[in-house]
Amino acid sequence: MLETARQYRRNEKSPVEETRAFLEKIRRDPFNAFITIDEAGAIRDAQAAEENLKSPEAGALTGIPVAIKDNICTRGVRTTCASKILSDFVPTYDATVVKRLKDQGAVILGKTNLDEFAMGSTTTSSLAGPTRNPLDPSRTPGGSSGGSGAAVAAGLCAGALGSDTGGSIRMPASFCGITGLKPTYGSVSRYGLVAFASSLDQIGPMAPTARDAAVLFDAIKGHDPLDSTSVPRDYGPTDLDGIDLKDLRIGVPEEFFGEGLNPEVKAAVRSGIETLEDMGARVVEIGLPHVRYGVAVYYIVATAEASSNLARYDGVRYGLRARDVRELGDMYARTRAGGFGDEVRRRIMLGTYALSAGYYDAYYRKASQVRTLIAEDFRRAFSLCDIIAGPTTPVTAFRLDEMIDDPLSLYLLDIYTIPANLAGLPAISIPCGFDSLGLPVGMQLMAPHFREDLLLGAGISFQERTACHREGP
Amino acid sequence: MQDLIYISIDQHGVEGALRKDVKITDDQILHVADLALIRLDDDEVRGLRSQLDKILGYMDILAVVDTTGVAPTHHPLPLVNAMRDDHGQGCQDLDDVLRNAPQHEDGYIVVPRVIGKGMRENA
Repeated sequence: MLETARQYRRNEKSPVEETRAFLEKIRRDPFNAFITIDEAGAIRDAQAAEENLKSPEAGALTGIPVAIKDNICTRGVRTTCASKILSDFVPTYDATVVKRLKDQGAVILGKTNLDEFAMGSTTTSSLAGPTRNPLDPSRTPGGSSGGSGAAVAAGLCAGALGSDTGGSIRMPASFCGITGLKPTYGSVSRYGLVAFASSLDQIGPMAPTARDAAVLFDAIKGHDPLDSTSVPRDYGPTDLDGIDLKDLRIGVPEEFFGEGLNPEVKAAVRSGIETLEDMGARVVEIGLPHVRYGVAVYYIVATAEASSNLARYDGVRYGLRARDVRELGDMYARTRAGGFGDEVRRRIMLGTYALSAGYYDAYYRKASQVRTLIAEDFRRAFSLCDIIAGPTTPVTAFRLDEMIDDPLSLYLLDIYTIPANLAGLPAISIPCGFDSLGLPVGMQLMAPHFREDLLLGAGISFQERTACHREGP
Repeated sequence: MQDLIYISIDQHGVEGALRKDVKITDDQILHVADLALIRLDDDEVRGLRSQLDKILGYMDILAVVDTTGVAPTHHPLPLVNAMRDDHGQGCQDLDDVLRNAPQHEDGYIVVPRVIGKGMRENA
């Protein structure tokens, strides 16, 4: 990304040529990474960027072609959430992150595929069909931001935005061998992000390198009056030269290396941590005793919030409306039955149950209390260490035809990513090695609130030392 | 090891295996579907009953956690009300907004008859 920006300035490349080249690749994309391509808009953005490059205000993103997950609103460009219920929805405004990217000259190529309403970890439940992993098309790219992950890995864009409620940026980043950052809750505006679970959702960057992810993060972060959960504070720029790892204390929780973790993933992550040690970091053993309850807490809290957020899809103001209905109640129930796919319906049902009279205390309240204990585990851990390292996912990308029809097994894939969402912490996935089949393994780093500088800095320094973010095994 | 996508609950060392007795009933599924305003057919009720039962069985692991005196967390950061000055601001163009409405007339969204029975179709 930074190299492209330099080439633009030296007149070795032009944004319009670059954009046309990406659009041509997207047109021939065999991985189904995109739901909508905005060719006219992209060319228009690129032409504007050519003009802007002549001015001293041109920034690192001027003329850089990026892709946006299709649950983030783009003015005048269809935003479907990969759902039948929103298949024709055209937002009347840009999400704040999209506006910020445009203001900084980025070219929006189109909208990437996802699991319906970002509920999933395989990018298979999309109305647009499954996305395939560019590293092995018989496999899933992970999810739910699998379209953004595949688009970055296949070189169909310079970088992309995803959203992460329980791991939806980090998991596809891990499966596709790229870098993905879930920022601190409140550091990136959610205005214009179609809400799934409002206390967990965050938008973040996905890119070939940690440095590119940092450029995108710097462009989208910061307080936004349009999102009342956005935190007003001083957000300084990320140091793109990385950080000195000397004496950085890396907490390694034994809970992240127990049963259920594929031994090859474990070995690659251990070796990634050794590299950090070789660079001067110090490993500290820490305990996170309550993270084992994370999946149970998450699938109560997230579905409860989703059942409330998705109540708005009723066929009245926008989206699908069932035909031949007798009256209003009939229209609601038929619209929602026909408009939501199986997983979305399952989660709405689960969340409604957890909030319903007689079950609220046993499920929702209990889960919210255990969430406190998980957050306290992290507070204690960060008094002993600066960042926490572990695997992003228990396995590498699996074959689409190996997927089993068991929601709970898929939920358990989120076991290492969910805790950061529950505690609102920033977390990054960076490639740290490969398994015996040559599939990438992601290492997850977590930091205290608003310490993305440590994660991106460590990622940049790590990637200067290693090559697995650039090559195959 | 690539076929290892089956992650069992036991592998994660979580105490309390899946309960074997069915706790959730068809009637409860229908009641929740009514609350959620989603019409379900008989097959869907059966499918959801067994899936939700298994998922809720897994959630029961939370019962062993001592949460006496623990305050619930509803947001990861302490939030206070975000206030702004009371100034008029622009709004979106009505025609643009209505373009997404399934049916509209004279600047209003049109919906089917409101009064009638059928709100509790699943019951």
